Amino acid sequence: MIAELGHFAIVLALAVAIVQGTLPLVGAQRGIESLTAIARPAAIMQFLLLALAFIALTLAFTGSDFSVLNVWQNSHTQKPLLYKISGVWGNHEGSLLLWVMILAAFGFGVATMGNNLPPSLRTRVIAIQGLIGVGFLLLLVFLSNPFERVFPVPAQGNGLNPLLQDPGLAFHPPFLYLGYVGFSIAFSFAVAALIEGKVDAAWARWVRPWTLAAWVALTIGIAMGSWWAYYELGWGGWWFWDPVENASFMPWLLGTALLHSAIVVEKRDALKTWTVLLAILTFSFSLLGTFIVRSGVLNSVHSFATDPGRGVYILAFLVVAIGGSLALYAWRAPALKSGGVFAPISREGSLVLNNLLLIAATATVFIGTMYPLFLDAMTGEKVTVGPPFFNATFVPLMVPLLAVMAIGPMMPWKRADLAGTLARMKVAAAVTVAVALLTLYLSGFDPILAVLGMVLGTWLVAGAAIDIGERTRLFRIPWRDALRRGRNLPRSAWGGAIAHAGMGVAILGITGSLSWEIERLQIMRPGDRVGIAGYELEFGGVAPVAGPNYDAVRGTFRVYRDDELVEVMTPETRRFTQPSMVTTEAAIRPRNFGDLYAVVGESNGDGGFATRIYHKPMINWLWIGSIMMALGGLVSLTDRRLRIGAPRRRTAETKPALRPQQQTT
Amino acid sequence: MRPKRRRLYFVLAGMAALGLAVALTLFAFEDNLVFFSSPTDVHTKNIGPDRKFRLGGLVEEESVGKSNDGLTTTFRVTDLSNTVPVAYTGILPDLFREGQGVVAEGRLGADGVFIAESVLAKHDENYLPPEVAEALKKSGQWKGATP
Repeated sequence: MIAELGHFAIVLALAVAIVQGTLPLVGAQRGIESLTAIARPAAIMQFLLLALAFIALTLAFTGSDFSVLNVWQNSHTQKPLLYKISGVWGNHEGSLLLWVMILAAFGFGVATMGNNLPPSLRTRVIAIQGLIGVGFLLLLVFLSNPFERVFPVPAQGNGLNPLLQDPGLAFHPPFLYLGYVGFSIAFSFAVAALIEGKVDAAWARWVRPWTLAAWVALTIGIAMGSWWAYYELGWGGWWFWDPVENASFMPWLLGTALLHSAIVVEKRDALKTWTVLLAILTFSFSLLGTFIVRSGVLNSVHSFATDPGRGVYILAFLVVAIGGSLALYAWRAPALKSGGVFAPISREGSLVLNNLLLIAATATVFIGTMYPLFLDAMTGEKVTVGPPFFNATFVPLMVPLLAVMAIGPMMPWKRADLAGTLARMKVAAAVTVAVALLTLYLSGFDPILAVLGMVLGTWLVAGAAIDIGERTRLFRIPWRDALRRGRNLPRSAWGGAIAHAGMGVAILGITGSLSWEIERLQIMRPGDRVGIAGYELEFGGVAPVAGPNYDAVRGTFRVYRDDELVEVMTPETRRFTQPSMVTTEAAIRPRNFGDLYAVVGESNGDGGFATRIYHKPMINWLWIGSIMMALGGLVSLTDRRLRIGAPRRRTAETKPALRPQQQTT
Repeated sequence: MRPKRRRLYFVLAGMAALGLAVALTLFAFEDNLVFFSSPTDVHTKNIGPDRKFRLGGLVEEESVGKSNDGLTTTFRVTDLSNTVPVAYTGILPDLFREGQGVVAEGRLGADGVFIAESVLAKHDENYLPPEVAEALKKSGQWKGATP
């Protein structure tokens, strides 16, 4: 019954989406009020229907209703409740439902919160959002129905892949989707602006918070996936340049570029057509990412054909969505008037450089990801493009980007004096040189990339600190005044500085963990000791442990420092029965500016066990840096300007009322 | 500065960035493409010891052994027509088992033993890496259903 309700809801949602995507567009074009008025209730209705469907599927999962094919394939009665719920989006059909629901939620957001948008723009944005929804709902209803029944009803389900039964991964997909789908709003705004033929500061002011929110979610999603890989896969890697990872990384890179170019549109009324193109591209890459991951095309071109209907539909949808929006862009973009003029050396100029480098970096990732597919389809030859390729292409492009990133925010708009800006960075340069010398002193020229990474990371953090210091005039005026100035700084300035510093901290973490990692691989018997990074680990043997839906072998390591017990680490090997699979649970303890990381492997049949112990210096900085980036985005989101949104038509009335308040807070 | 001049600068900068990306990509492709080979490919094509590649197939039954240090595992990868001996030092993935599909990345030693730097087998039991399925089909030994 519940499943039928859900099924009914998605079919209704499709019907509503078709109405939402067509009639308001016609209405906005012809100026027919009765048609444009449909947009908002339709968007609200669509969200409610999809939320209902999502709840129905979740109930089917938590209630282990194995008469639903999807539940039978992906769930099991013995699974903990959390993983019954995360199982909803741990499969193709369910994740697609989550996708459209988030999409509808964003449409709902525009419909309910977009009161101060120009009505025709709002109507068009909601309609475009509806059209994207139609594309996904067709796939959901006709080719990937999550509510399909199975008969006779099986007694027990197949279970969820144990690798996915992990708290870190349970919330990884929803965040990723929030990010992917969040960019749909930027896309809808871009397409609506093209139809209207008008892009202005108010438009950018509306696009920015949505893009920023999506970017924050995507940042968190990618970081969560990375963190999961770090502790779950058992060899401490956190990024593999795997096609699936790249699929989420490309929209992130483009979204970052979009965030920055939207600033230029908002502040200086320049780079308009470029920003519109970026908004289209960002969401196109989100679509591409979702589809290549979900269709399994990345594992092999041939698995794409396992369900020809789905594959062909996906391809057609991509062509229509991406090709259509780009064609509209080619047709209408020349109509957008370009605005503010600026010199190459200026804040705008540095943001253009940021955009160019991010685009070039995205292009290299794109080629590295798609080339194997292309070659397989053309010649049948199978190749892998691995980390060395990306290290040789992506990393060199990031170096100038990071170098400019520190000074960009300090440049004035329109025209800057490079020498003057650099002069203000004296302290940052001094700190950076000091760190470089310290790195050389501690580890020499080997690896030379370590020095480069430390320099860039420090440069960024110091640059962000100086940026805030300059704005608050710290140390030049009494600190009480500086503090007050700091409180009055726009939140977006704080957000930008925090995010930039976070990037620097993450770079330091990446550099440290890659350059000075220590690995110890050996056979250990109970009582054996191994030394690593100033610690001694004593192996205490293994013991069986029972989990809720698995049996585990738990090893024990006692960690000594100067013969004093400081820690006990217990890595596990878990053997799941449904589906039958073994996973490794590494034991990780933060110690000595990094992590101690221990894994116990198989027995050698003679009382010894293969063990692997790492010391990963500064790895925590990567996670702290990622959190700072997301936090920076959130702080920026609370900026008064963005909260208020686009300036109202009746600016004269509202502005004076807000001024005094702004000064007191 | 006049808008036209300005636009020229930006176009030039854009071309430079794009050119840099293309140059880096071509340069990196030269060395960093890793090809996939089945045991039959290894026997028919002459792959030098300096070329890194991926070897895929099934772990031959009763071929897995440990060397004296206890950490190096030796096994044979087969596509049921030909086999290649492999040596790997380290902890094998949880799902590494005889009769299961495996993909190993490394180089072919002069003695014909494939020295693996990494072994990938992190899927569920029924999963066969698509490249391996393809290789089995090519060698005419495919018995399972089409994936």
